[in-house]
Amino acid sequence: MIKARVTVTLKNGVLDPQGKAIEGALGALGFDGIGQVRQGKVFDLQLETADKVKAEAELKAMCEKLLANTVIENYSISLA
Amino acid sequence: MKSAVVQLPGLNRDRDMIAALTKISGKAPVTVWQTETEIPDVDLIVIPGGFSYGDYLRCGAIAARMPVMQAIKAKAEQGVRVLGVCNGFQILVEAGLLPGALMRNASLKFVCREVKLEVVNADTDFTRAYAKGQVIRSPVAHHDGNYFADSETLRAVEGNGQVVFRYAESTNPNGSINDIAGVINDKGNVLGMMPHPENLIEVAHGGSDGRGIFASALDVIAA
Repeated sequence: MIKARVTVTLKNGVLDPQGKAIEGALGALGFDGIGQVRQGKVFDLQLETADKVKAEAELKAMCEKLLANTVIENYSISLA
Repeated sequence: MKSAVVQLPGLNRDRDMIAALTKISGKAPVTVWQTETEIPDVDLIVIPGGFSYGDYLRCGAIAARMPVMQAIKAKAEQGVRVLGVCNGFQILVEAGLLPGALMRNASLKFVCREVKLEVVNADTDFTRAYAKGQVIRSPVAHHDGNYFADSETLRAVEGNGQVVFRYAESTNPNGSINDIAGVINDKGNVLGMMPHPENLIEVAHGGSDGRGIFASALDVIAA
């Protein structure tokens, strides 16, 4: 079994109102010196295969087809 | 003209859409469930608003991958008119039938109010009942209507006359780029819009500004 983590983040240049709101809230809590906050998503998956190459290819397909909207988001895959 | 309304778990504006189509065309639309792989012979397919799959992952993302969407894609390629309203618009962009993406409202708040829409392109199958530049009223109710497209896509969409509706008179409720409220595909038969024209079609609604979209798409414009 392979454990994988997929991280989905907004592309540069895409406005992130949620990140902006979090940035403001952190400032209100007294955390200063924050340049920017961008919010993303993390998916932890367990795959039944033991084949890392196959797993990576499958995960890439999952990202392209569903997990990320590649119009506005980038994704990265890491295997445990 | 015959119409169909798509139903998916979590969509809740289907009843309003069925009522509007029935009243305007004089014929009740057929309903099509998400698992169906074939759509009956109709002239207009409508994906109504709501919260398909609880807006999980991204609004419209899961609905866009259901079997019925493949059938809708095939019909759209044949030239059948497809209208997506609110969550229906989000589903159409997630399915790749329309360019761009719909993101969280800039205010981060759900907005439920009336806006003004400028009919930017009155030369489409969905807007023939209006005049170019006409400003109409329309209700909106959404949390993720902030239209976004990268600069290249935006140039193409603007240049091809694919922006059909723009929020007018400073009523943009969601921060959408260039005040875009509704977009059509380059072929001109698939329209997506965040506002709800089906909720402003008769006196009981306080106006009938939205009626023209259905009258155009169903070819029932009064002479």
